[in-house]
Amino acid sequence: MEMRAVYAECLAELMEQDKRVCLLDADLAKACGTRKLYDRFPGQCFDCGIAEQNMASIGAGLSSYGFKPWIESFTPFATRRICDQIAISIAYARQNVKIVGTDPGIAAELNGGTHMSLEDIGVLRSIPGLVIVEPVDEVQLRAAMPVLGAYEGPVYLRLFRKQTPVVFDEGYRFELFKADMLREGKDLSIFVSGLLTRDCLDAVEALQAAGIDAEIINVHTIKPIDRETLIASARKTGAVLTVENHNVIGGLHSAVCEALAQEKIPVCAVGVQDRFGEVGKMPYLREVMGLRVEDIIAAAKEAVKLK
Amino acid sequence: MKSDLKEICRDIRCDMMTCIGHLGVGHVGGCLSVTELLAVLYFEAMNIDPKRPDMPGRDRFICSKGHAGPAVYAALANRGYFDKKELLTLNQGGTNLPSHCDMNRTPGVDVTAGSLGQGFSCAVGVALGSKLSKDGATVYALVGDGESQEGQIWEAAMFAAAKKLDNLIAFTDYNKMQIDDTVENIVDIAPLAEKWAAFGWHVIDVEDGNDVEQVSAAVAHAKLGLGSGKPTMVILNTVKGCGVKWIEDLGVANHNTNVSEEQAKAAIAEIRGEA
Repeated sequence: MEMRAVYAECLAELMEQDKRVCLLDADLAKACGTRKLYDRFPGQCFDCGIAEQNMASIGAGLSSYGFKPWIESFTPFATRRICDQIAISIAYARQNVKIVGTDPGIAAELNGGTHMSLEDIGVLRSIPGLVIVEPVDEVQLRAAMPVLGAYEGPVYLRLFRKQTPVVFDEGYRFELFKADMLREGKDLSIFVSGLLTRDCLDAVEALQAAGIDAEIINVHTIKPIDRETLIASARKTGAVLTVENHNVIGGLHSAVCEALAQEKIPVCAVGVQDRFGEVGKMPYLREVMGLRVEDIIAAAKEAVKLK
Repeated sequence: MKSDLKEICRDIRCDMMTCIGHLGVGHVGGCLSVTELLAVLYFEAMNIDPKRPDMPGRDRFICSKGHAGPAVYAALANRGYFDKKELLTLNQGGTNLPSHCDMNRTPGVDVTAGSLGQGFSCAVGVALGSKLSKDGATVYALVGDGESQEGQIWEAAMFAAAKKLDNLIAFTDYNKMQIDDTVENIVDIAPLAEKWAAFGWHVIDVEDGNDVEQVSAAVAHAKLGLGSGKPTMVILNTVKGCGVKWIEDLGVANHNTNVSEEQAKAAIAEIRGEA
C-alpha cells in the first residue's frame, strides 16, 4: 500500500474520532493522497490554495482556538518555504500543528531539483520544541499516526508518498522518541532513518562476508534524538555509520555527531554530499547521490577501519 | 470601567509613555497611532472579561503589527487584565510584557505576533476556528501599513474572503510611515481601499483614525457587516506618534526611538494638557 494512502486512512480515523482534527492544504491534497477526505469531512478540510505561508499561520490560529490542524505539502514547500511561519507562528507560539512534508529528498524524482528537498531536516532541526519524525514503511507509519495525533505540540512528519519495502512486522509498536533496534551486532552501529532502512538490512549479508557484524538501528524520531540508545550502541561497537536520504549537513548525521561528540568514536556518513538535487528516477538518483546498497557497504568498511 | 473614550486614550498614551520612558527606548510612533482603536475595542466594542482572559466565545483582538505591544499592554492594564505596575517591566529580562505580543506570556493576548504578516493569517485562522465552533465571537485584527507590503497579508485576505469569514473585522494603521522612509517612497500600498475592495472585503475609510469618535462610529458600522458573507477592513488614517508633538515631528525617525524619563514626563504633561 502506498504511504500516502496509509497516512490518509490514519488521518481519517483521527478526524472521525475528534472533530477538532482538521486538514489544511496548499493545492496538493491529491498528491498527498488526502483529496477524498474533503468529501468525507467537509467541515474539517480546508484548501488554502497555493499559499503555504498562509496555510501554516492559519493552522497556528486554528490551534490557538483549540483545533488540531495537520498542514501538508511537498517537503520543500512544507519546510524551507515556510520556515519562519513554522518557527514563529507554530513553534515559538507553542501551537499544536502537525506539518507533513511529502516526497523528501530523492523521492521527488521527476519533479527534479526545485522540489528535491535535501535540507528540510537541517532547516527545521534548530527550531526549539519541534519534533521531527521520518517513518520507514506503512507498518511504522500506521503505528505512528495515532501517537503523533495524541502528542500535544508541533511535529514535522517527513513522509515518503509511494510504496516502500516493508521492514517492520505487524504488531510493531511505535514509541515516540525511542529508536528501534532492527538487528543487533558487535562490530559497527548503522543508524538510519526513512527510505534507506531496507537498504541497510540488505547490506548485512555482504558485511558479514567481510567479517563485519553490523547493528542496525532505525532512528524514526530525529529530534529529539534517542541519545541513550545511540550512545549505548556506539560504545558497544566502537564505530558508527549514519545513512540518510538528506544532506549530510544538518540531518541525521549531524544529529548523531552532536549526540556522540564526547565519545571519541568514528562516525562515517552515507548521505547527500552537500549538493542540490536533480531530475531523474530513483536508481539514477541513488547512484549520483551515493545512496545505493554498495555505497552503504563501502562506507561501513571504512568506518570499521577507523576503529 | 471608564466610559469616556477620550480620557481612556489619554490614560493609555500616558501609561505607554511611562513604560517606554522607564525603559528608555521603544516603538513609540506606531504605538501612539493606534491608541484610539485600542480604547474603542477594549472599552466599548469587545465582549471580554478581564477576570476571565480565557473566557470561551470571547471576542479576540490580534495585533499583527506585534511591535505595538506596549500600546496593547497599556490598554490591557487599563482594562484590568493586570496591575499597571507591571507595565514598568516592559522588555526587562523575564517580563510578561515582551516588545512583541506573546500569547504565552501576557493575559489577554490571544496570538503571538512580531514576524510581520503572520499575525494576520493567524487571525484568519482564529476567525475560521470561531466559525467552526459556532461560538459567535468577533475577531478583530490590526495590520500595519508597512506590514501590508508582506505577501502573506494578501494570501490571508484572499482566503478570508473566499471562506466568507464575516466574523472578521480588520484595521490598517495607515500612518504612512515605515522604518526606512514613508510607505509611498518605499513601495507604495495605495490605493489601499480599492485593493481591499478588489480582494472581496467591505471597506470603511476613516478620515481621522486618531479621532476616537470617528473610530467608534467606524467600528459600529463595521459590526453591521457581521454575518454579511464578507470580512471588513477599516482603514484608519492615522498620524505616527500622534499625541506627542516632538515624536510626531520626528517623522519616520519615530518608529523605534530613545525616550528619556524626562521626555516621557513632558510628553505625559502634554497629553494631559498641562504643558
